[in-house]
Amino acid sequence: METINYQNFRIEAENICVDYNGKVALYDANLRLQPGQICGLVGMNGAGKTTFFNALTGFVNISKGKIRINGESVRSAQKDQTIAYVPQNEGIDSQFPISVWDVVMMGRYGSMNIFRCPRESDVQAVKDAIERVDLTDHLSTPIGNLSGGQRKRTFLARAIAQRASILLLDEPFSGVDIRTEKLISELFIQFKNEGKTILLSTHDMIHVREFCDLVLLINKTVVAYGETSEVFTPENITTTFGGISPDFLFGPES
Amino acid sequence: MELCSFLTLDSFITDPLAHDFMRKALLMSSLVAAVCGFLSSYLTLKGWALMGDAVSHSVMPGVVVAYALGLPFSLGAFIFGVGSVALIGFIKQKSRVKEDTVIGLVFTGFFALGIVLVSKIKSNIDLHSILFGSPLGISLSDVKQTIFISLLVVILLSIFRKDLMLYCFDPRHAKTVGINVFFLHYLLLTCLSLAAVVGLQSVGIILVVAMLITPGATAYLLTDKFDNMTVISVLSAIISSLIGIYVSFWFDLETGGSIVLAQTFIFLFAFLFAPRYGIFKLKKLFAGYK
Repeated sequence: METINYQNFRIEAENICVDYNGKVALYDANLRLQPGQICGLVGMNGAGKTTFFNALTGFVNISKGKIRINGESVRSAQKDQTIAYVPQNEGIDSQFPISVWDVVMMGRYGSMNIFRCPRESDVQAVKDAIERVDLTDHLSTPIGNLSGGQRKRTFLARAIAQRASILLLDEPFSGVDIRTEKLISELFIQFKNEGKTILLSTHDMIHVREFCDLVLLINKTVVAYGETSEVFTPENITTTFGGISPDFLFGPES
Repeated sequence: MELCSFLTLDSFITDPLAHDFMRKALLMSSLVAAVCGFLSSYLTLKGWALMGDAVSHSVMPGVVVAYALGLPFSLGAFIFGVGSVALIGFIKQKSRVKEDTVIGLVFTGFFALGIVLVSKIKSNIDLHSILFGSPLGISLSDVKQTIFISLLVVILLSIFRKDLMLYCFDPRHAKTVGINVFFLHYLLLTCLSLAAVVGLQSVGIILVVAMLITPGATAYLLTDKFDNMTVISVLSAIISSLIGIYVSFWFDLETGGSIVLAQTFIFLFAFLFAPRYGIFKLKKLFAGYK
């Protein structure tokens, strides 16, 4: 019998199920990711991508299965600031009266005292993070006045300031400008080199080929999982998207 | 001529202060307004206006039962306030009925129970003062209770100010970094119930929801900074209370209604003339004349 050393895996999800009031959103899903790996999460709307993220962050409880983060429970991963979640642009209230600086500072809340008073080190972490996403000119700009790309970068900066080793990104490339797309791609390479583990959901097949070492195709459960070059085949994609031809999904071949 | 009108304005403000009940009403209503205004920022941003309406109506039977049993009315109100929310959550989870429908039916049910109880329990409960508030007839024990609850809410909100802001803005992130979202949810609900209790003395159960949402909505139109929003919300609530009480004194109007109307007028003013988000965007208007 093979023994698994959980310590080797950043994320280890085993046969997890999530249901909302009896409606199954995800079942028997497995995922194992190591440090420095980038994994694409691909599936239709309602296929359980966001549910998968929610399970990993502990935002919803799993009804079956097991999740280990760095060999520990989700609860202790939360306490250790291990996981950062970068929401979809649509997932946040852009009219909330809050500045770029304040959003990024929220990345530090988990490691501050109860009054959330920033220390010198927190201020520095926030400054550095904002610099990395190139928003230093917009420190006090309300997020409502930012472009979609700038807003995406703000939340990326929050994840950087958190110093998490696992990044979960929900549609990081949707609704962003070319400049942001380029900057995010560059950051991904840097994160990979820093040994961070990245799980990103995307609709864009080209991005999967470009960045992802691994790909997880889901439709309520795992359709296929493995190295992008092996798993990301037209047949698997067709199955994932419920029989729609990959030609249609990819557009005209270039 | 000018001196004369100044004297009139002066006596407009100082004459009522000669009465003990007016001084008490002004002070208490300002305090209550400040508490509700503070909370209002959070409720507006969280989208809990309907929840505020529900909780404030649901405290009615609690108030009646507490009066009948000789308990502090805030205790009864608090139990029913939080209880209504728990019931809303339970019914929503266990049935296919949509949330706004559940909220509507639960709070009207509680409210009706309160009205029936008042008619059954023959005591010195004044239905009119519960429904419409009685800031001018506030008793000494009510004063103490109001001050205590107000301070409690202000202290709780101050301590968890930033966490509550994060909870309203992005609960998923809060959860991800190990912040107790469950606790914050119930903290906000607790503060809501308590604020509804003190608010109902000023403007009564029917209108207390205005105290909990209008100042926040006004402030939301006037600023893009959360801290400023809280300050503006509190100030506009206090100013409305003072205006409402003075106007009701001089023109012999219902006090609770006057306070809420003052809030509504301030909101309408912001709605029309707010620098960035008003219909007539004052900033642009002035810029045009320069």
